[in-house]
Amino acid sequence: MLTLHCPNCGVDADETDLHAEGEAHLKRYGPGSSDDEFHDYLFQRQNPKGVHFERWKHVFGCGKYFHAARCTATLEVFGTYSAQTLEPTQAIKDAISAKRPGWSWGDIS
Amino acid sequence: MSTRLASGGRLVNKNKAVSFTFNGKNLRGFEGDTLASALLANDQMLIGRSFKYHRPRGVVASGAEEPNGLVNLGEGAKFEPNQRVTTTELYEGLTAKSQNHWPSLEFDVGAINTHLSRFLPAGFYYKMFIHPRPLWKHVYEPIIRHSAGLGKAPKDRDEDTYEHYHASFDVVVVGGGIAGLAAALSAGQSGARVMLVEQTNDWGGRANVDTPTVDGKPAAEWINATLQVLENMENVTLRLRTQGSGVYDHGYVLAYERLTDHAPETEGPRHRLWRIRTKQIVTATGAIERPLSFAGNDIPGVLLAAAVRDYAVNFGVSIGDRTVVVTNNDDAYRTGITLKKAGLEVPAIIDARTNPQGELIDEARALGIRIEVGRGIAKVKGGKRVTSVEMCNQAGEGAVVEEIACDCVAMSGGWSPVVHLWSHCGGKLNWDDAQAMFRPDPERPPLGADGEGFVKTAGVANGHLFTAEVIADGFAAGRAVAKAAGHSAKIGQAPAGHDAHEGAISPVWLMPQGASHALRSKAWLDYQNDVKVSDVQLAAQEGYESVEHAKRYTTIGMATDQGKLSNINGLATLAKSLNADIPNVGTTTFRPPYTPISLSSIAGAAKGDLFQPIRKTPMSDWHTENGADYEPVGQWRRPYAYVRDGETVHDAVNREVVNTREKLGLLDASTLGKLVVKGPDAGKFLNMMYTNMMATLPIGKCRYGLMCSENGFLSDDGVVARIDEDTWLCHTTTGGAERIHAWMEDWLQCEWWDWKVYVANVTEQLAQVAVVGPNARKLLEKLGGMDVSKETLPFMQWADGKLGGFDARVYRISFSGELSYEIAVPASQGRAFWDALLAAGEEFGVMPYGTEALHIMRAEKGFIMIGDETDGTIIPQDLNLQWALSKKKEDYLGKRAQERSHMTDPNRWKLVGLETTDGSVIPDGAYAIAEGDNANGQRNTQGRVTSTYYSPTLKKGIAMGLVHNGPDRMGEVIEFYKVDGTTVAATIVDQVFYDKEGAKNNV
Repeated sequence: MLTLHCPNCGVDADETDLHAEGEAHLKRYGPGSSDDEFHDYLFQRQNPKGVHFERWKHVFGCGKYFHAARCTATLEVFGTYSAQTLEPTQAIKDAISAKRPGWSWGDIS
Repeated sequence: MSTRLASGGRLVNKNKAVSFTFNGKNLRGFEGDTLASALLANDQMLIGRSFKYHRPRGVVASGAEEPNGLVNLGEGAKFEPNQRVTTTELYEGLTAKSQNHWPSLEFDVGAINTHLSRFLPAGFYYKMFIHPRPLWKHVYEPIIRHSAGLGKAPKDRDEDTYEHYHASFDVVVVGGGIAGLAAALSAGQSGARVMLVEQTNDWGGRANVDTPTVDGKPAAEWINATLQVLENMENVTLRLRTQGSGVYDHGYVLAYERLTDHAPETEGPRHRLWRIRTKQIVTATGAIERPLSFAGNDIPGVLLAAAVRDYAVNFGVSIGDRTVVVTNNDDAYRTGITLKKAGLEVPAIIDARTNPQGELIDEARALGIRIEVGRGIAKVKGGKRVTSVEMCNQAGEGAVVEEIACDCVAMSGGWSPVVHLWSHCGGKLNWDDAQAMFRPDPERPPLGADGEGFVKTAGVANGHLFTAEVIADGFAAGRAVAKAAGHSAKIGQAPAGHDAHEGAISPVWLMPQGASHALRSKAWLDYQNDVKVSDVQLAAQEGYESVEHAKRYTTIGMATDQGKLSNINGLATLAKSLNADIPNVGTTTFRPPYTPISLSSIAGAAKGDLFQPIRKTPMSDWHTENGADYEPVGQWRRPYAYVRDGETVHDAVNREVVNTREKLGLLDASTLGKLVVKGPDAGKFLNMMYTNMMATLPIGKCRYGLMCSENGFLSDDGVVARIDEDTWLCHTTTGGAERIHAWMEDWLQCEWWDWKVYVANVTEQLAQVAVVGPNARKLLEKLGGMDVSKETLPFMQWADGKLGGFDARVYRISFSGELSYEIAVPASQGRAFWDALLAAGEEFGVMPYGTEALHIMRAEKGFIMIGDETDGTIIPQDLNLQWALSKKKEDYLGKRAQERSHMTDPNRWKLVGLETTDGSVIPDGAYAIAEGDNANGQRNTQGRVTSTYYSPTLKKGIAMGLVHNGPDRMGEVIEFYKVDGTTVAATIVDQVFYDKEGAKNNV
C-alpha cells in the first residue's frame, strides 16, 4: 500500500485514492509510423527491477494525473512530478542518482 | 486428570461462575477463563481430531499459536467454525462443538487412517491420484471433498456488524508485553502519537507468569504503574483484544480488534479493522515456544512447557497430577518449579543437555525435583491421554532406560521470536546459532517510501530472552522510532529488569538423536495437518530441497495455524536431511494476517445495501411504484420492464414494444452519459476522440459517433451535439460515462496538455426522457411552447426552449426507428416533467418502456449495442460502420491500429442479420458451425450470435451475428449449435429487420 505525494493538490495520497496508469513517458506513434514503432508503442513495456517511472491518477482526489519515480524492488519513492512533461525533471533525476548511482531507464539516465 | 486448583488463577474471578456447553454437555467455568482453560478445568482434554489421520487432539498451547483446539462456535447467525479455544474468552451461554470427526469425538471412524499412515506418506495424494486421469474427477475428488475440511461452513447469514477505522499515528507498537509497554512509554514521552495494541485481554505478556523484577519490584507492579502513566498520556492510544495483523508497504498496518467476541450480547460492531498509516512501527511480539520432536508428542496431555504454567498461574488449572518436563533449555524448569510449588507432582525433569547449569536448575533441585540430564523421551504412551513416558538417552537410538508414569508432559525445545510482522514487508532474518533461533537483522529492516527502515523490533521478538535486555531494548526502540518520526522530547530513565540467570540452550531437532524410523514416524511436527519428522525426511529424499516446495509437498505449516509451532522444527529437520545449515535452507515466507481474521471484518460495513452506492435517476421512485423489474447497468439500476398484474416479464416487454411502435412510449434515458467538451480546441480534440468528423458538425446539429481504443477496438458510441462555437455535448453509453470522461482527461492531461479544452461530466445534472412512437409529436405539441415540427426540428437536430413550462433541450434522435425526441431537463425538474408527459400522454396511449424493449427495438432496426456487438475485439469495420470512419482526418485514436494487416484482413467475421427458418430464437452467444474439426478436436466455427430476441413486431426470432464473409452470403442458411447440442438453422439476411426505408422516422 503505497503513499504517493500528489504534486497537483499537495496531498500525500493513499494507494486506495490513486489509480495506477502504467508506464510513463510513452511516445505516441500514430498514422505514418512503421509497424514496429506502433507495436512497441502499444505493447512493449519496461519491466525493470529497480528505478521505474509511472503514471498515476489521483482518482479519488483532485482527479489529476502525475508521474512517480520509484524503485520496483524496494518501493522507495524518489519523487513525484507533473504529468505535463516528456521526461523526468532534473530534480527527480538528481534524487535518483543520489540513491541509485549509475541508474538508467530506456533512453533516460 | 486436568482440574481446577484451589489456588492460583490471576485472570479468573472464582466468585463468578459461567455456564457453557461443549458437544451439548453443560459445563461451568469462571469469568476470565478462556474456552481452553474452562474445558481443561472440566477435564475435557480431548477437543478435536487431526486433519489427515483423525488422531485425538488436545490443546498444546495457551495462545494464538494453538494448532489443535479448534471448535465450531456459536449457533445460527452467530455460528463460526475453526475458532481457537485458547483465544476464545468464555462467556455465559457459549456453545462449542468439536470438529473433524464422525460419528463422534470419542469414537471416530476416520481414525483408521492412523493405522494406514504408512500408506499415506507425504505427497500421497499427488502420487496416488494422478492415474488414471478420469478417476480423479469421478471417484477420488468427490471422496476427498467429502472427508476434507475442518469446521462446518456457516449456513445462516452473519447477523453481526463490522466496521473499519482509518487512523494515522507516528508510532504503532504491536505487543503489550513489557517490551511493548516500555517502547510505548518512551515513544509517548518523546512526544509521538502512539498506538499500542495487544492481542489478548491482558497487558504484560509472559512477565505476569514468569515474574521477573523491574526496578527492584515485581513486574506486575511496574506493568500497572506504566499502564497508568500511558493511560494519562493524551498522545497514546491503548487497545486490548487488538492484534497487529499485518505490516504493509509505506507504513500501512492492519489491526484487528475483537470488540464483542467475549460478550456477544453487547450492542455495537463485533470486529473492527483498523487501517492505520504510521511513520514507524515497533514489533514487540514476543516469542513462541517450540515443541520437541519425540514419538507420541501429539498425544493429548503433551503441552508446551510454558502453556502448562500459563494454565496454572493465569487460570488456576492443572493439566495433570503428574507432569514430566522435557527440555533442552533452562526456561522449562520454571514449569517444574511452578507446579511443584502448587503442590503437584513433578516425577522428573528430563533434560537433553549433559551438563546444564543455572539458577533455575538449582532451584528445581532444591525443591526436590528429580533431574535427569542427557536424557530424552523415546516415546509417550497413551491413547486419548498420556499415561507414561519412556525415558532414554538423548544420544542413543531410543533404548528405554525407565518408564515414568505421568498424565502430562511439558515440553520445551526453546523459543522462536515472533518475526512475522517484521517479515511481512521484507524485513530479513539472521540465524542465531547460540540461541538456536531466527531473529530480525536490524541492518535489513523493511524499507519505507524514503528508503529507510520503518520497522524496529524489540524485546523477545528481537531475540532477547532476558528481562534486563527485553525492557531496555523496548525502551530504546520506542525512543528511536519516535525520533525517526520527528519527536525527541526529553524522556525518563530506562527501567531496569532482572530475572534468574540461565545457561545455554542446546538445540534438539530430534529426540532421541538417533531415533528409529518407527519413532520418527510418530514424532509430529505439524499437529493439525499431521506432518511427522519422517514425512519431511521423505520429501528431502525425493528431491524437495527448497523449503517452499517441501512445505507444499508435505503440507507442513499450511494449516490454519500457518506453522507457528511447526515451521522452525520442520525446516531444521529438512536442513539435517539435506546435510545443510539451517540458515541456508531458510524460512518459508511470512504472510499477513498473523492469525486468521474474520472475512466480515475485511468487508466492514460494505455489505447488503452498503456494498456499493446505487445511482438513481429523478424518476426512480415512479419506476419502483409502477412495477419496475430492475437490471444493473454500471452502478445504476434501470427498469428492464414495467410488469403489470397478471403479466410475466416477457409479456410486459412485448406489450411495451408493441405500444411504442403503435402509439407512444417513454424511456427514462437519464442514465446516458453526458459530457460537455468546451474550449477553443474542443473540435480538434473531438476529432481525435471520435472516428468521425466532429469539428465540422454545425451548431444545432447532432451526429452519431464512434470511439475506439488506441488498439483500434470499438469502445463506446453515442450522439454528439454541437451546442455553440466552442461547446459540444457528447452522449456516452450508461456504463461508459465515467470511463470515457477519464479517457478524455487522460489524453488532455498527458498527451495534448497544450490544447485548450475542458471536459465536465454533467450526467447527473440532467434528467432525460425519450418520447418515442407515432404519437410523440402530438404529445409535445400538446405540452406546447416549442415548435417540434418536421420542418423546424428535422431528424438529427436539437433545440432549446420551454416545453410545457419546463426548461428543455429537445434532441430529435432515434434509437428505435420511430419518430423520437430525447428531451433533457434539469434534474430537479425531472420527476415533474415525467409526470407531465404521462398525464398529457394518456389520450395518446402513453406507456413507459424499459431497457429490454429498448434493446429489441434497436435490434429490429439493426442498430449495434456496445457490449453486445462489441466485446473489446471488434473494430468498426466488422460492424459495417465504415461510413462513420472519417477518411479526411489524418489521425484519430485507433486509426493507426486499424491499418494493421490483421485488422484489414478480409476474413474477419462481419455483422449480418439472422432469421431462423423455424421462427425460433437462437440462444445468445451461439456459434455457427463449419465443416470439420480443429486441432483440439472441436467443431470448426464460422460465426457467432451477438444479439438475439423475440421480435413482437415481426412475431418471430431475430438476431444479429458476426459471420465469416457474412455480407457476401445473403440468403445462405447456416447452422448454430444450441445449448442442448442440437442445431438451429438460420438464414443470413440484412441486419435491418424493420422499416428498412426509414419511413416511420421520416415524418
